[in-house]
Amino acid sequence: MSIDRQSIAYQALLLGGFATLATVLLVLGNLLTHDTILERHKQDLLDSLNQVIAAELYDNDLLTQSLQIDDKTIYRGTKNGRVTALAWQITAQGYAGEIQALLALNPQGEILGVRVLFHSETPNLGDKVEVAKSDWILAFNGLSLGNPNIDQWKVKKDGGQFDAFTGATITPRAVVKAIKQGLLFFQKYRGQLMHLDKTEAQS
Amino acid sequence: MNNHYLRIAKDGLWDNNIVFAQALALCPLLAVTGTASNGLGMGLASTLVLMLSGGLISLSRTLISPQVRIPIFVLIIAVLVSLVDMFINAWLHDLHKVLGLFIPLIVTNCAILGRAEAFASRNPVLPALFDGLMIGLGFTLALVVLGAAREVLGSGTLFANAALLLGSWATLLEVTLVSDYAGFLLIVLPPGGFLVLGFLLAGKRVLDKRINQFQQRRQVIVTAEEATS
Repeated sequence: MSIDRQSIAYQALLLGGFATLATVLLVLGNLLTHDTILERHKQDLLDSLNQVIAAELYDNDLLTQSLQIDDKTIYRGTKNGRVTALAWQITAQGYAGEIQALLALNPQGEILGVRVLFHSETPNLGDKVEVAKSDWILAFNGLSLGNPNIDQWKVKKDGGQFDAFTGATITPRAVVKAIKQGLLFFQKYRGQLMHLDKTEAQS
Repeated sequence: MNNHYLRIAKDGLWDNNIVFAQALALCPLLAVTGTASNGLGMGLASTLVLMLSGGLISLSRTLISPQVRIPIFVLIIAVLVSLVDMFINAWLHDLHKVLGLFIPLIVTNCAILGRAEAFASRNPVLPALFDGLMIGLGFTLALVVLGAAREVLGSGTLFANAALLLGSWATLLEVTLVSDYAGFLLIVLPPGGFLVLGFLLAGKRVLDKRINQFQQRRQVIVTAEEATS
């Protein structure tokens, strides 16, 4: 029996067959990789947390002892029953979409570190917020809401104290603003952030 | 037969180069060639997809009827890119952190559909695979040359961050040509890509013309020698 390649039925079956095959392949690929990818992302998160929170500051599992405030997940480092470090994700509206960064503070509200996790800024311009490309982001270490004063939390162009990049002002401006909001968030929820349940304090 | 493969290689790398001769695949080209390292990463990932899609389409070429070939090619390419994205994310995660942004862009590379249509759907599996490899390497060559030119002019470095892509030994490749270089913004931005590409295309034309003239002159000398002897 010969197959008529020109018939509508053959074309429909062909398209349907390939679409089914494609679906099966994608589902299989997803099944194979889904858990590994989740694991890798968790590892990534832990790696970035470790970049902003020094290992000697905590002795708990950062990922499991987290806190939910205002849709934010706060990762807390504890040692000897006290909160020693706080970290959460902050979001800035950059030049080309969202910039996601991790902000870590010590209990006094001083910045332990900031790291950009994800952004779509212009290569060679806005991407200097990445620690791999420039040490600009390290200048925030040790600063807090009183140091400098709140009205100085701006880029130099806007009358503040932070440098912008040549050819890119929007990106650093957005990052500075997001960090400032992070510090304000800490000020607002300080009590909740520092409070440990008895069970948490024991662990 | 060997001649046939030689022809494919020469076509893919130079004579019929996706970028320099056909001016195809400009979208991913201009998007990622801010640095040579990015160009190299994109080129290698595209080469993988080109080979796989060439092989698969060649395998199923007797099944596919001409009327519905385009949607099927697009489907195959999209599935391949998605799978490559997933696998690299799961098992070559460090590479994915560098290439992650670019891998979905491979779908926008019309060269892949172009090769499927022009070559893979009309040739056996082995030549199709080889054609994918050569076209891919030709594309990689174009990406690296353009990326290097834009990086040197725009940022004064060469192969910056190559270690992120190739591992720590690649720090050997990373060169800062002009320290304290203020940067040339226009070249870094997409319009700079068009400008540099224009010069490269013109350069290739000049080079081809020179080669042509040289060969013609040699032809003349050879025939003259034959006539005198």
